[in-house]
Amino acid sequence: MSHLKTKHLLGIKNLNKEDILLIFQTADNFKEVINRPIKKVPSLRDVTIANIFFENSTRTKLSFELAEKRLSADVINFSASGSSVKKGETLLDTVNNILAMKVDIVVIRHSSPGAPHFLANHIDAIIVNAGDGTHEHPTQALLDTYSIREKCGEVNGKKVVILGDILHSRVALSNIFALQTLGAEVMVCGPATLLPKHVGELGVLVENDVRAALEWCDIANVLRIQLERQEMRYFPSLREYSKFFGINRELLDSLKKEIIIMHPGPINRGVEITSDVADSDHSIILQQVENGVAIRMAVLYLLAGRVD
Amino acid sequence: MGVFFIYFCAIAMQKRLLFDSELLQITISRLCQQLIENHGDFKETVILGLQPRGTLLAQRLVARLEEIIGTNISIGFLDTTFYRDDFRRRDEPIQANKTDIPFLIEDRNVVLVDDVLFTGRSVRAALDALNAFGRPAKVELLILVDRLYTRHVPVEATYVGRQVNTIDSQKVLVEWSETNKKDNVWLINREE
Repeated sequence: MSHLKTKHLLGIKNLNKEDILLIFQTADNFKEVINRPIKKVPSLRDVTIANIFFENSTRTKLSFELAEKRLSADVINFSASGSSVKKGETLLDTVNNILAMKVDIVVIRHSSPGAPHFLANHIDAIIVNAGDGTHEHPTQALLDTYSIREKCGEVNGKKVVILGDILHSRVALSNIFALQTLGAEVMVCGPATLLPKHVGELGVLVENDVRAALEWCDIANVLRIQLERQEMRYFPSLREYSKFFGINRELLDSLKKEIIIMHPGPINRGVEITSDVADSDHSIILQQVENGVAIRMAVLYLLAGRVD
Repeated sequence: MGVFFIYFCAIAMQKRLLFDSELLQITISRLCQQLIENHGDFKETVILGLQPRGTLLAQRLVARLEEIIGTNISIGFLDTTFYRDDFRRRDEPIQANKTDIPFLIEDRNVVLVDDVLFTGRSVRAALDALNAFGRPAKVELLILVDRLYTRHVPVEATYVGRQVNTIDSQKVLVEWSETNKKDNVWLINREE
């Protein structure tokens, strides 16, 4: 089997295990490509990709753009600030106008959950979800699980805790789906106010005590507190959050074992994670970023193969 | 005349043996001698097997060469999937294989190795792919079975194990003892 079962990448929920393993296998090849003296291959030379970002992004946008350019695709970038969206144009109109310029693939980030699904139903292009509100962020989950596979050999049987602001996180949901599909055990941990009410129904363990969670896990994926999505106060102060839920050197040293620390970025240093932990040998944060380019190249390559 | 002969063969048998184990060994030794004539001690030359089917031939060649000249020879494997000209023109993407070139090819002589030369398109892709690893001084091509009159691009081999006249519907099947039980190279008639 060498093609994905899905036409678009809307979420991890639409992928099965074979799809994810195919993406990983292809990413292995692209990781070798991006470590060559000349890091570019001509595979997508006749494909045009639009990166449409209705929400701020540094890493994901750069990573997608780099992946597209390494595959020799033509790239156009669009961000909502400074565009006609501010003049009242609808999402569908904006995208249809961009498609009129003969675009094959649309990479979209939007603050509304389901925006990529809406587009996939209404326009004739391949859609890649680069984050839709608090719903899914599939390429992030793919690169996270790929990084775990790279570091530990396999994902199956590993214990992974996702720590922090689960309520506002699209990374958490996509990670839960991806980890479970690949056979890992998943726990979510954070203050009760930042855990969705029925999160346990996804088949994950729920914990409020960080120490207990870290004692249990092999890998901790630490999430950022998403202040921009919080319309009310979920905890008294950042200082208090950091004291009770932050990961620091003393906490890690007091554990009986070594665990791997991951973070999808951007890091709020001193809040959810201290600098010495983020920069330590335990952390694979920068490997995650490197793998992000390879994973996105793999996704675009596999999806573009189905264009007529 | 040749064409009639091919048709006769095609009708007469389903499978024709091109190389058996012994002939293959003799041919590999002969190819090695030809390589040595041009490359001497292989200090400036590297062998690159084309994925997926040129790699075993490249390993056999290098093993034999090392036996003859007694020094280590640089060998690598080149995958051309991302450089192919039929991407997005097939029903599904081609699964890539591993590229493993643990040395620089800048200013070195490169011998590309593949089992069968048919349309020449994968060799064209390989020439493209090579550029990502530097500018070689010279590139040569070594082929075990050269199918005549089937080229889509003007590519010819420098070293040839055996030339055969074939028609498009025929197929050359190379079996190695590493993956099959015995070394055998067959010319097979496929149903149209």
